[in-house]
This record gives sequence, C-alpha cells and structure tokens, in this order.
Amino acid sequence: MTFRNETLLWMLQRASAAVLVLCVVVHLATMIYAIRGGLSAGEILGRTRGSYGWLAFYSVFVLACAVHVPIGMRAVLSEWLAWRSGSRDIALVVFAALLAALGMRAVMGVFL
Amino acid sequence: MVWRGGSDGAFQEFEVPRYASQTVLDVVTHIQRALDPTLAYRYACRVGMCGTCAMTVNGVARWTCRTHIDKVAKDGALEIAPLRNLPVIRDLVTDMGEFFDKWAKARGCFEGTATRKDDFAKVTPESPGRVQVDAAIECIGCGVCYASCDVVTWNPDYLGPAALNRAWTLVNDTRDLANAKRLRAVAGDAGCHACHTHVSCTERCPKHISPTAGIAGLKRAVVKAALRGEL
Repeated sequence: MTFRNETLLWMLQRASAAVLVLCVVVHLATMIYAIRGGLSAGEILGRTRGSYGWLAFYSVFVLACAVHVPIGMRAVLSEWLAWRSGSRDIALVVFAALLAALGMRAVMGVFL
Repeated sequence: MVWRGGSDGAFQEFEVPRYASQTVLDVVTHIQRALDPTLAYRYACRVGMCGTCAMTVNGVARWTCRTHIDKVAKDGALEIAPLRNLPVIRDLVTDMGEFFDKWAKARGCFEGTATRKDDFAKVTPESPGRVQVDAAIECIGCGVCYASCDVVTWNPDYLGPAALNRAWTLVNDTRDLANAKRLRAVAGDAGCHACHTHVSCTERCPKHISPTAGIAGLKRAVVKAALRGEL
C-alpha cells in the first residue's frame, strides 16, 4: 500500500472518529433519557419506526464504525500479530462489510 | 548487574565503590578499568553532547554520563543493559546503523540550492518555522527515544522518533527545498502515521525535546499536502 493510501486511511480514521464522538454522545444521552424516563420497548419502537431522522442518525453511526474500526484493527493486526500482507487488508474489507451489514440490519430492525 | 554478551547474553554482578556525584558511566568505566577489561561499552564526550553513552539503566533508557547514581539507584543496586530496539553487538554496545539509516530514509539531510556565492538566507528567530526548529534541533542522536518507543518494537520498519524529529526540523527550514519528497518519505505505516502518541520519547529525551509534537506536526503537514494534491 502506498504512502498516499496510508495517509488517506489515517484521514478517514480521524474523520470517522470525529463523527463517532458526536454519535456516541447523542446515543448515550438518548439511552439515558429512554431508561430514566421509563420508556418501554414498545414506546421506543413507536418513536423510531418510520422516523427518517433516527434512520439517518444511526446509519451515519454504523457507517462511521464500519470505517473506523477496521482501520484501527489494521494497526493492531500489524503490530501485535505481524500480519502485514495483502490478505490482512482483504480480511479487513470483509470485516468492514460485515460490520456495515450487521449494523444496518439492526438499524432497519428499529426503523421498519 | 551488567549485561554481558550478545542478545542471548546474561547479567553479571559487580561490586563498585560509591562516591559523591558518581554517574552511571563512572560505574561502567570503573568496572572496565578495575574489574574486567573485556567489558565493551561506548562513550566519548562525558558531558552530554555526543550522544554515544546511552544505555538501559534499571529498565529505563538514559544518557549515562549525565545520570547520577543518586537519581536512579537509591538502594545502590543498578541493572545496566544495552539500549532496547537495537541489535546488541556485545555487552553494552548496540549497532546504531539501522537507527541512523532511518534518518536517511526520512530524508534527514538538508537539501538547498544556495551556493557560497549567494547571500545568507535571512531567517528571523521569531518566525514560526524557526521557533519550531529551535524546539527540536538540539537532538544529539543518542537513541534514547528510539529505545523507549513501543511502536519501534512492534513495527521494525517504523522510522522512529529521532528520524521523524529530524525531518520535522527540515520541514520547517525555509531554505530546504526537498519537502515534497520528505513528506512522502515520512507518511504512512512506517512513518509519522504509525505513532500512537504514547509520549515515551518525549518523557525520556535527555535534551527535553518533544518528538511527539514534531510527529504531530508532520501528520498535519502530510495531510495538508495530501489535500492540496502535492503528496
């Protein structure tokens, strides 16, 4: 992988981290509000189903995770397992796709 | 306890008399001159200028000529080993070749175009670039930062704090014209983007330089160049 792609990956990880900071704060605040307010699962689903706002928010959250996590895993695999070959990057692309697919499945589960 | 042999060596115990203002280098020198002349170690200036006498003292990389025993061994026991992350030649001597090769890989050599016929370049001490250079230029190449860096341990290709700090001084040198090539050399997994900001280099640098700050500066400079399409 060239230094340009390495730099691009680093920028993507920093940018996705900035998005995740906001997403995690909003997510935690929402969770605390929902639990402390005593909302039931049915009431929560009643608010998320058909809500394009929550769909957009959690889609961004999931996609930011799918970008951020595999890039971090790339450094962990390189440094701790000395896995630096092309197969590592292929495995991580698959891992990213899996994160995105499972995450979006969960998002659609509360939207539809 | 002093390391003897190569990387597969072992510690050997010596008894050394204590005296006031004694340094770790004094202890090693006493061992070689009075107890065992076969002990290999390296030093030159003895006053913290040349950067040759760095060793691992009680688990921490230090310049031994300026490290007083009082500071590092209150109970009088010392464990002296060669620097980490470098091949051991024998006893306390490491092969610094790879360490300095990485300075060359990071394009740590000044590249200007002025000749002796040109006038002096005018760089004011207050200029932002010169302020950055001043903060980083006093490196003596002792290898303490390199030996203290976990990323070097995990990623042998990583250029390391000293080479990147040197590159940072040149990135801020307005007379140098090789920055496009230099930023390419220090970008990526073996360069500044591999740094995890553990700050061990900054913590241990005997000259109180912050390679961490320089590496962060390189990250910013590389991203700016990438966004401008100059990388």
